[in-house]
Amino acid sequence: METKFKIKNLNLYYGNFQALMNIDMEIYENKITALIGPSGCGKSTFLRTLNRMNDLIPNVSIEGTIKLDNKDIYNKDYDLIELRKRVGMVFQKPNPFPKTIYDNIVYGPKIHGVKDKEKLDYIVERTLKEVALWDETKDRLHKSALGLSGGQQQRLCIARCLAVEPEVILMDEPTSALDPVSTSKIEGLLEELTEKYTIVIVTHNMQQAGRVSDYTSFFLNGKVIENDKTEVIFSNPKDKKTEDYITGRFG
Amino acid sequence: MKKYEKVIEKLILISAMIATISVALITVFIFQSGISVIADYGVINFIFGTEWSPGSGIYGIFPLIAGTLSVTLGSLIIGIPTGIACAIFLSEILPKKFSKYFKSAIELLAGIPSVVYGFFGLVVLVPAIRTYIVPIFQKFNPNVAPTGFSILAGAIILAIMILPTIVSISENAIAAVPIEYKEASLALGANKRETILKIIIPAAKSGIISSIILGMGRAIGETMAVLLITGNMAKVPSSILDPVATLTGTIAMEMSYAPPSHQKALFAVGIVLFVIIMLLNVIAQLSVKGLGGKRN
Repeated sequence: METKFKIKNLNLYYGNFQALMNIDMEIYENKITALIGPSGCGKSTFLRTLNRMNDLIPNVSIEGTIKLDNKDIYNKDYDLIELRKRVGMVFQKPNPFPKTIYDNIVYGPKIHGVKDKEKLDYIVERTLKEVALWDETKDRLHKSALGLSGGQQQRLCIARCLAVEPEVILMDEPTSALDPVSTSKIEGLLEELTEKYTIVIVTHNMQQAGRVSDYTSFFLNGKVIENDKTEVIFSNPKDKKTEDYITGRFG
Repeated sequence: MKKYEKVIEKLILISAMIATISVALITVFIFQSGISVIADYGVINFIFGTEWSPGSGIYGIFPLIAGTLSVTLGSLIIGIPTGIACAIFLSEILPKKFSKYFKSAIELLAGIPSVVYGFFGLVVLVPAIRTYIVPIFQKFNPNVAPTGFSILAGAIILAIMILPTIVSISENAIAAVPIEYKEASLALGANKRETILKIIIPAAKSGIISSIILGMGRAIGETMAVLLITGNMAKVPSSILDPVATLTGTIAMEMSYAPPSHQKALFAVGIVLFVIIMLLNVIAQLSVKGLGGKRN
C-alpha cells in the first residue's frame, strides 16, 4: 500500500487562533479516507491544506510539512497550479459555473492546454460516463448546467474535477446539500472511483463514513484523536472520545 | 387595518403619483412645445439637415446629434476599459483594507458638480490639448482645428464623469459573484488571471453591461461640463480635434435669448434627446433580460 500524502507535525493558525494542532497522518493511495468530527473541529480546514486552498484566506499561517509523493507541497518552489491539477476538489454546495454542461467540464482541460475539439469531446463523454451522468445529459450538453438538479450538479462537479485527471480528489461534505437518492448515487460512485483515484472525504454523516471509507480520522478541537482503519474506528475505538462521538453521545 | 396605516398608504400612493405625473407632464410639455417645428420642417429635414442657423430659421440638427454621439462614443471608448479594469482591481486584486479608500474616492467623483469638471477641462485639459496634442496632428494635417476645444476634450472629461457609475456598479456585480465559482476555478488549477477573465467577468456580465448603459445615459445627458470645453460649433466634425456642439449644450446656451420660433426648435431638440434616451433605456432593459434569459 503506497502512501500518497504524508503529513507531519502540521499546525495551522488563523491569526492568533490555532485551528490545527500537531497533525500527523498518512493518506494511502487508491483508498478512501474519511475525516469525521463535530462542526468546527478543523476537518475542512485540514482538507483545504492538502490542495493549499487556505492560501486564499488572509492571515493564515502554517507550520509542519505535507508531502505529496515525497515532495513538500508547501515548499516555495512547489508549483501551485500543478498541485491543484493533481489534487482536485469537490465542494459542499454544488458549484457548477453558470455555463453549459460541456463548458463546465472542458474549462479545466482548456486551461491546462487541451485545444483539440475531438479530445475535449472525448473528455466530456468519458467523465460524464464516469459519474453516471452521461445518459441524463448527452442530449443537453450545450444547455446551462444550472438547469440540472442538485444531485446532478454535484455529479457534474465531480466530472469537472475528473476532467483534469487528478490523482487525489478532496471532497468537502459532498452530499450534505443533497437528497438521499442523490447521496446514495454519489456514494456508489466513490467506490468505483477508488480504482483510479485517492479520495479524502469530509463528512458529518457517520453512517456515510462507515459505508464508504477504508480509513477514518476522528478530529476534535483541531487535533486528530484517532486515525485507523474504518472498521477498527467503528467497532473497536481505542479512545473514549471517539467511542462517545461514534455512538452519538455528543457532536 | 389600522387607521394610520391607511393614511400612510395614501401618502405613499400620492408620492408615487407625483413622480409619475411629473414625468408625464414634462413629456407632454416638451412634445407640445416642440412637435410643431418638426412637423412643419419635416422629420428628415430636421434630423438630417446639416445646417443649424436658428437666426435664419434653418433648423438642421444633424451636427448636434453628431456632436453628442461623437463625444459620448469617445467617452465610452476611454471610460469602459478604464472603469472595468478599475472595478476588477478594486474587487479582486487590491486587499480589502486599501480598496475601501479607493472606492470612496471614486464615489466622491460622482459628487463633484459638473461645472467644476467643465472648469477643470477649460483651464487644464483644453490648453494641454492645444500645446501637446494639436502639434502632433498638425504634422499629418496642417488644417486641423488648433484651439483645443474639441471632441477629445469633451470625451476625456465625460469619461472621468462616468467612471463612478461604471466602477461602482461593475464592482458590485463582480463582488456579487459567488465565491464558490472562484474556488472551483482555482481548485481546477486555474490561475488568478484565468479565473477573473473566464469565470468572474462572464458571471458579472449583466451588471457590467448595465453599468455601461447607465454611464452612457449620463454621458448623453451631461450639459455643463461639455458646454464649456467642446467649442460649441454646430458643424459635423471630421476629426477628434474638431469643436462640436451637443444637443444638451445647444439647448442650454441658446434658450435664454431665443425668440419664440427658435425656442420651439430647441424644444424639438429636446424631443430628439428624449427619444434617444428612451431608446437607450429600452435597449438596456432588453440586453439585461436577453443575457439573463440565456442562462436557462
